[in-house]
Amino acid sequence: MASLDDLKKRIASVKSTQKITKAMKMVAAAKLRRAQESAEKGRPYSEKMNNVILNLSNGISDKENAPKLLSGTGQEKTHLCVVMTSDRGLCGGFNSNIIKKAKSYFLKILDEGKEVKIITVGSKGNDQLKRVYGDKIIENISFKESKNANYFDADKVGKMVIEKFEAGEFDVCTIFYNQFKNVITQIPQAQQIIPLNNEGEESSSEESYEFEPDEDEILSNLLPKNISTQIFKAMLENSASEQGSRMSAMDNATRNAGEMVDKLTIEYNRSRQAAITKELIEIISGAESL
Amino acid sequence: MSEEFKVEIVNPEKSFLVKDDVSEVVVPAFEGEMGILKDHISIISFLKPGIIKILSKSGDENYYVEDGIVEFKNNNLSILTSTIFNLADMDKSKQQDLLKEAEEEANKTDINDQSKYLADQKVEVLKTLN
Repeated sequence: MASLDDLKKRIASVKSTQKITKAMKMVAAAKLRRAQESAEKGRPYSEKMNNVILNLSNGISDKENAPKLLSGTGQEKTHLCVVMTSDRGLCGGFNSNIIKKAKSYFLKILDEGKEVKIITVGSKGNDQLKRVYGDKIIENISFKESKNANYFDADKVGKMVIEKFEAGEFDVCTIFYNQFKNVITQIPQAQQIIPLNNEGEESSSEESYEFEPDEDEILSNLLPKNISTQIFKAMLENSASEQGSRMSAMDNATRNAGEMVDKLTIEYNRSRQAAITKELIEIISGAESL
Repeated sequence: MSEEFKVEIVNPEKSFLVKDDVSEVVVPAFEGEMGILKDHISIISFLKPGIIKILSKSGDENYYVEDGIVEFKNNNLSILTSTIFNLADMDKSKQQDLLKEAEEEANKTDINDQSKYLADQKVEVLKTLN
């Protein structure tokens, strides 16, 4: 049995850990509110963008000559996967959930004899993936300096993806991120952004538009922007998910620490009482023997 | 009343501006300035750097944009843009910063014709503001 002194030290250490997790939970809660707000505010833009593109692609008469970003390169040999994770740890299953989803996708693609290239956004994803898929990672981006997800960063990623696409480095591009549902649930998502997957979505209106300049030119201008927008949306969802995940993880940690303190305190009190009883017995039996 | 329509400007971070008493909007469309009045035909176009003028009962407003898409449908005008500034809040130093940035971009040699054209446009518009 541990000595009284040891127990005392352990209780103190668990208590200070609890203080830290509690503070982290509070910080995450405050950040979550902000992240959630900006995720909600960002929605109109990506929705409108989607709508316009939908209308445009329906209006296109010559499907065969449609821009490659929309219709694809005609083959599916090389897959580019953009895996978006956080830069910081201690957020529960947040990163591992995305990685798990991405890994099963990689396996599926590799099984089909196709090639996989990976871009990681956020350092945690890179850390976890480089052990197994180190040779497949072609780029690692991290936005540690920027406090909140901003469009400028997303645009950088988007431009890079498009550059690689135009250089013919891949045929299909998928992004992996966590969709924010609520504080407890985040759903890992795989979304294909090149070629644009609009199947099953119907245009909201049958109305025909006038285009200026013509459809093709607008589309070729719009599609790269849409890539950045989708990536930005993923970044916003991700940052809200990260904070939510961290909040519930830290909440659990705080509760567990509390339970541990209770248990240790009981043990401490018991050993103290045992020591006192032992001393009393010694004194009494000493007095009796006289 | 009947001559008014609704305009909404969104940027990636938020809904930037919503107004429903607008009588006319002038946007710097790619092939020249375009004035939009109520009951305009449905149109999709994109923007080059320039000034968006919004004329309404509650006062006229001017915004500087660098790029974007306009969609007009059922008397709803949506403008999607990633870079937008209200000219009323834009002071001289901000203008100078933007101008400097645009000039640097325009002077690069390794850019293609289209980005060169856009950068030149930026410089031109910003210069007229000063």
